[in-house]
Amino acid sequence: MSTLTESPPVTRTRHRRRADDVAGLGARRAIAFVGPALLVIALFLLFPAIWTVYLGLTNYRLTGLAAANTSFVGLENYASAFTDPSFWNSLRLTVVFVGASGVLGQTLLGFTLAWSLRRVTGWARSTLEALVLAAWVIPGSVHAFLWIALLDRRGGTLNTILNTPGKAWLIDNPMTVIVLFNIWVGTAFSMQLFSSALSAVPPSQLESARMAGAAGWQQLRDVVIPNIRGHILTNTLMITLWTFNTFTPYLLTAGGPNGKTEILSVYIYQTAIPGGQLGFGAALSMIMLIINLFIALMYMRVGRSKK
Amino acid sequence: MTTNIDMKLKQPTASSHLLKMLGRMAFVLMLVVIGLFFAIPLMWLVVAPFDANPTMAVKWPEWTLSNFERLLQNPYALGSILNSLLLAAGTMALTVMFGTLASYALSRVRIPGRDALLYGMLLLSSIVTGTAAMVPTFQLMNAIGLINTQTGVILVMAGGVLPTVIFILKDFMDSVPKSYEESARLYGAKPYQILRDVVVPVARPGIAFIAIWTVVQVWGNFLVPYILLRDPSSQPAAVMMFTFYTESGQADLRLISAFSLIFALPVLLIYFFVNRKFGFRFYGGIKS
Amino acid sequence: MKSTIRRVATGAALMGMVALSAACSTGPDNEDPATGESASQGTQAITLTSNAIVGGKNAAEAEWIDEWLIPEFTKMQKDKGVDASVKFEPQGVDDEDYKTKVALDLSSGKGSDVISLDGIWIGEFAQADYIKPLDEVTDMAADWDGWSQIPDAVQGAASFEDQRYGIPQGSDGRVIYYNKTLFEEAGLPSDWQPTSWDEILDAGRALKKIDGVVPIQLNAGTAMGEATSMQGLLPMLMGTGQRLWEDGKWAGETQGLTDVLNLYKTIYVDEGLGDPILQQEAAGRDTSFSEFAAGNIAILLEGDYFWRSVINPAEGVGTAPMEDRDEVVGYAKIPSMTAGSGIEGQDFVSMSGGAARVLNPNSENADLAWELLAFMNSPEAFEARAAGTLSISPRDDVNEELLKSDPMLTFVSEEVLPVTAYRPGLAEYPEVSLSLQQATLDVVSGTSVEEASKKYADDLGGIVGADAVMSN
Repeated sequence: MSTLTESPPVTRTRHRRRADDVAGLGARRAIAFVGPALLVIALFLLFPAIWTVYLGLTNYRLTGLAAANTSFVGLENYASAFTDPSFWNSLRLTVVFVGASGVLGQTLLGFTLAWSLRRVTGWARSTLEALVLAAWVIPGSVHAFLWIALLDRRGGTLNTILNTPGKAWLIDNPMTVIVLFNIWVGTAFSMQLFSSALSAVPPSQLESARMAGAAGWQQLRDVVIPNIRGHILTNTLMITLWTFNTFTPYLLTAGGPNGKTEILSVYIYQTAIPGGQLGFGAALSMIMLIINLFIALMYMRVGRSKK
Repeated sequence: MTTNIDMKLKQPTASSHLLKMLGRMAFVLMLVVIGLFFAIPLMWLVVAPFDANPTMAVKWPEWTLSNFERLLQNPYALGSILNSLLLAAGTMALTVMFGTLASYALSRVRIPGRDALLYGMLLLSSIVTGTAAMVPTFQLMNAIGLINTQTGVILVMAGGVLPTVIFILKDFMDSVPKSYEESARLYGAKPYQILRDVVVPVARPGIAFIAIWTVVQVWGNFLVPYILLRDPSSQPAAVMMFTFYTESGQADLRLISAFSLIFALPVLLIYFFVNRKFGFRFYGGIKS
Repeated sequence: MKSTIRRVATGAALMGMVALSAACSTGPDNEDPATGESASQGTQAITLTSNAIVGGKNAAEAEWIDEWLIPEFTKMQKDKGVDASVKFEPQGVDDEDYKTKVALDLSSGKGSDVISLDGIWIGEFAQADYIKPLDEVTDMAADWDGWSQIPDAVQGAASFEDQRYGIPQGSDGRVIYYNKTLFEEAGLPSDWQPTSWDEILDAGRALKKIDGVVPIQLNAGTAMGEATSMQGLLPMLMGTGQRLWEDGKWAGETQGLTDVLNLYKTIYVDEGLGDPILQQEAAGRDTSFSEFAAGNIAILLEGDYFWRSVINPAEGVGTAPMEDRDEVVGYAKIPSMTAGSGIEGQDFVSMSGGAARVLNPNSENADLAWELLAFMNSPEAFEARAAGTLSISPRDDVNEELLKSDPMLTFVSEEVLPVTAYRPGLAEYPEVSLSLQQATLDVVSGTSVEEASKKYADDLGGIVGADAVMSN
């Protein structure tokens, strides 16, 4: 392909440029590059996903009469969901959970860590980073055991340290617990992302700001944040979607006590699995998907408007 | 060009010195508290496996290695770690290769409907990894004949992970400056060579990060391998973890704690090793 | 540059390895087990699956299958001139996940030839056409001599709509366990057999005086799942003479249910004889075990596996072992609300469950599979099985012989099983059970009994249809 590419303007690393076919890929080769991934996704992701959408319109159950004679029920599953008060309870809890632990918790803590550790070096930094990463890397089922051990009513670590034996954290403050749990698990991602983003902020701008007498937080506000705005957005979007769909809190509280931490993923699990109501579960998953879509669109809108 | 003139606007006074000290102390204190927040829950993992009679409490253990001995006697325990490694490596290899190709192309070439495609795939990947898509996935693998194969598991997990990987990598690729590619092109390099020799080395930290992210996702995945694999000797550790319960559903903490440690270690080691080698920087690029 | 090539090469090598391992794992693993294809001529291959795995869940059963059953069966068939090959496909996961996997297998026409199922699932699997009555799968089942040794009630655990689908694996019963040391401290008799709910409550009140001891643990709440229904609500309900399901109708807002919920209220709310927080903890049941073992709970209603698998002091068996179990732990029958108020006018009640093994209707070697199933339930098989851990078998002759060595299991077999009841094997039961658990949770958390009862009845109507609800 001998397409001439225009030479781009003087290089300043802007992070959201239009695509520029600098390698002369051309449309055909580009599609060939995307091909393998697309094939895997189409076959193993798209196909089951569409089937699931179809399932959501039936009353399919894994066992029982409805398994042998599945019938098409149209939007009845959706109607049942929307008229079920536990669904709305679940939705409300999920919003709180995502907002507090994802958008606020992980982002803020991750950013604080990234910002604070810029100047810190040596063993202090490595240890702290290692701890944060260790929390993230460990598999979910192990997470649950660690936190149950921490919060155990009788001999748990937290009660021992605070000298409050017998306090049932998981029963008394379940939402706080899972919010903190999720922050513990996920902060590493934000920390890494912001750390890289911060290191890409042009030092010259920071230097000028400092010479002009700006205090630390003013530098932050006027130089750093505008530079990494795009990253804040990407980070927050990913974290929102991940936190929305995370299931591990179930291992801590099983949605309890009495539904107080029944976030949407737990709600779906508890309707679909014990009852085997896969049709209903599929419909609920679709609802979750649409909510995710809504969130993603919102982010895209905010992202575009800031350009 | 900056000069190194030290432009202090005020002479230091005693009180501003004190404030600075307090500020520093508060800073250190904050970091210590955060450090403790992350460290304390990890303590159980360090003590319980070595305890002859572990409970959910973190207590000074009755030191023993018997839990590990029992694990070794279990015919499936160690094999499952190998299976996890196999699945993780396979998925990672596939994801890195296809993902890098795809994200590069999507970043550089304006394919119509690109954004919609990306976001669409990203959202779909959230339901297929859930319980609702269990039956379709099972039936699909049955039909293709990939049921009960580790290849099948790898493909399904790769399918679930690729959209996110492409999304993140494309973002990263967008920020890699094009000047090098242009120069390489001027020297007559083909697109594939440009990708391999120019872009990938620069993008390496980002690629390393999503490689690790993929490994972490695969490592902890229970549902997909459980549904698709019959033979326990091909099951990964995430599934094996749940076998250490008694018939009444009671957790055998001796085995679970020891296995948790062995389960968590490889990922930790892989992470730190890769970090040491590559360092995780997202939007590194060339600093101006 | 070099590392990229290296990485791509490693990736390709790994892919190759994976492909190779997949190719190499052809054979019985990859093929449809139910077809039983094999290389050599004339070999009949069958598979069997159970939620048991060596080194993990139900290890004793898995070991018995691997080390005794398969070799013996193969030998027995060889003596008859049949070349049989039996493969065991172990699983070791949560019951719900196991159920899902088996259902998926059966729904796609696959699955092992002999499958172990929880008796309570037989109804829904039958309704889904996943399994068929034994007589439809093989002609040989009807002539088995073992049937005469298995009481009708126990056979019922593996039946649906009066048709046998499999052979029950065993039986179990629920009793009241109590700590004799604590009883002595409270001035209560060490050979205690309560005859009414009031006597249990009186004992509880006496035990309350001991510091740091929770008098009564009667399972409640949704966190404990089916254990709440099986060990908590249902035995008590049986004690009021009210069955959960009868003649096509489910018990809704009945007097029996009200009585039971009032009992919960008395224990957990009014008189503080139990620990309400424990009922809400995610791992509450496990904790109740360890608390009893530690002597912090005085009275616990549980199944016989608590005795043989939890507090069993034998090396490596019990998960909360009690060294002095045989001296300190007493067991008694669960009384009806008052003498004679139980179902069938009984003074004592219990609940039983248990697993069953069924045949896969898609099996290609159904007759051979039946022979394996029958063999698994022969007296010799049970004898070999009991060498690992002793439990109650479905057969009277075996129980008489083998349980002699264990007084507790003899107690259950002779005194508890005759008065026991079973859960209705209908597809709706799991959801009904969940509503029952929720009702107990509501009461324990402070809701009034009337409200909780009404809510349960409403939920029940939603599950089974308003016509199928009875109330009085």
